[in-house]
Amino acid sequence: MDELYRDQILEHYKRPHNFGRIDEFDLDYEDTNPLCGDEQHVYIRLDESDRVSEVSFEGQGCAISTAATSLLSDELLGLSREELLHIPKQEVLDLLGIEISATRMKCAMLGLKVIKSAALGKPADWEQEGEQGDPSEVSPSGV
Amino acid sequence: MEPSTTAISAEFPIDRVRASFPALEREVGGHPVAYLDSGASSQRALASIETTDRYERRHHSNVHRGSHTMSAEATAAYEGARATVADHLRASDRREVIFTRNATEAINLVARAWGDANVGPGDRILITEMEHHSNIVPWQQLAERTGATLDWVGVDSEGALLEAELDAGLGREPKLFAVTHVSNVLGTLNPIRRMAEQAHEAGALVLVDGAQAAPKLAIDVGELGVDFYAITGHKIYGPTGIGALWGRLELLDAMPPFLGGGSMIRKVTRQGSTWADPPTRFEAGTPAISQAIGLAAAIRWLDSLGSEAVTQHEREITAYTIAQLERIPGLRIFGPSASADRLGPVSFQLEGIHGHDVAEILDRHGVAVRSGHHCAHPLMHRLGVPATARASFGVYTTTDEIDRLAVGLEDARRIFEGA
Repeated sequence: MDELYRDQILEHYKRPHNFGRIDEFDLDYEDTNPLCGDEQHVYIRLDESDRVSEVSFEGQGCAISTAATSLLSDELLGLSREELLHIPKQEVLDLLGIEISATRMKCAMLGLKVIKSAALGKPADWEQEGEQGDPSEVSPSGV
Repeated sequence: MEPSTTAISAEFPIDRVRASFPALEREVGGHPVAYLDSGASSQRALASIETTDRYERRHHSNVHRGSHTMSAEATAAYEGARATVADHLRASDRREVIFTRNATEAINLVARAWGDANVGPGDRILITEMEHHSNIVPWQQLAERTGATLDWVGVDSEGALLEAELDAGLGREPKLFAVTHVSNVLGTLNPIRRMAEQAHEAGALVLVDGAQAAPKLAIDVGELGVDFYAITGHKIYGPTGIGALWGRLELLDAMPPFLGGGSMIRKVTRQGSTWADPPTRFEAGTPAISQAIGLAAAIRWLDSLGSEAVTQHEREITAYTIAQLERIPGLRIFGPSASADRLGPVSFQLEGIHGHDVAEILDRHGVAVRSGHHCAHPLMHRLGVPATARASFGVYTTTDEIDRLAVGLEDARRIFEGA
């Protein structure tokens, strides 16, 4: 059993939920992960009380970014824009339910970033860089 | 799979070559690393590491300043490094070699120093769709600054430049044609000599991005008939932070400086400054002395193998890789077929699996490949994919490593078919 590529992840990658473009939407945003070229476009429709009534996304990405956004898209109905902006990163990690390495964190968080940007109407503030390490701790043998 | 010995010339001293790269001794994920990412950055030759170490421990001083012994030694070593690069490129005069940070800076130097002085509104620059961003963005910026127009030569389905578009582009009489020698995605080996002749007939100068080619081919800038040739150190078994621009002396002589500062001047007064001759005119400030020396040591080591043997090894590994990958169902290879005149890298896509996931699974097998857009967005757009995985090779690459790549790819297929 592969830890990272569990059945649930692969299932959401191959058959993502809420995939495509809804006909009518009030919020949308597209962004890319410049590192790997992943693209995601999120569409959100709001009801009379400004809460999410429909959501969809489209784009091309790896298993982690696609599964993360697919899983997250199931959790958004009924949320206000304010609540969208306050979804913690941890929620995405909990939904994925797997260890995400520093190099894959951007993949996992792409959808959340796009959703928050859609709610905000502009790029959401985001830490762009990966985890920091101490150069002196890199052992010459590299093990 | 076929035994590895059938595909590779027995006379290539692969064991001795591999012993010259300490980094190849390490493990990744419990396996000896199969480093198939030399197109992004090659591993560094021990000869280069040791030469830099010796210089840093004993000879370091600033260059071209003062008459003390250590400065003279540093200057001799630095200028010796310039001569080594000039020899590697078969330049007729070592003053034609300018040290830069990398190939990107070498191209920017031309776009700034030559471009700003020679390109104006209505002028045209011709580039190709298979360029790395380093050979696209500086020209876009030049066009933006000067009001010039950028024209493109497209790529056909086999990964070769479209002749008709080259003809049409040159027909518009561009001031300069910028093209890569070997594509960093497709492995296409462009017929530079013929293209340069054609470009010159149209009145264009020719700049070649040699970042991928210089570690793999014998380069003779005179025979190629080009005007500028850019290389980088960290893809030719040397350190990062160093690259070089070769330019024809008469062109360099006529070019204004790139950056201003120390070294690049003849005389500075309160009224103004005059410029030093090439190459120092284009090397403002204290240069990357130890990196230049490290680059030269790497080149000398590489040249000791003989460029024909190095090219032959690259061709054989490339052909072997294509043969192995073609057996994998659902795998699409980009770029010219194995029979065509091509080198590495080999870019590919496994159906239904993103390159990032392919690279992650390969990493668990200790196989290092790059995934992504390879700094070539326009080419990715033409190929119709957001990203590919790419295996790229060095003099140390073995067929065993390619076999491990194939095993890892089968594993990726198995994992993704499981759902």
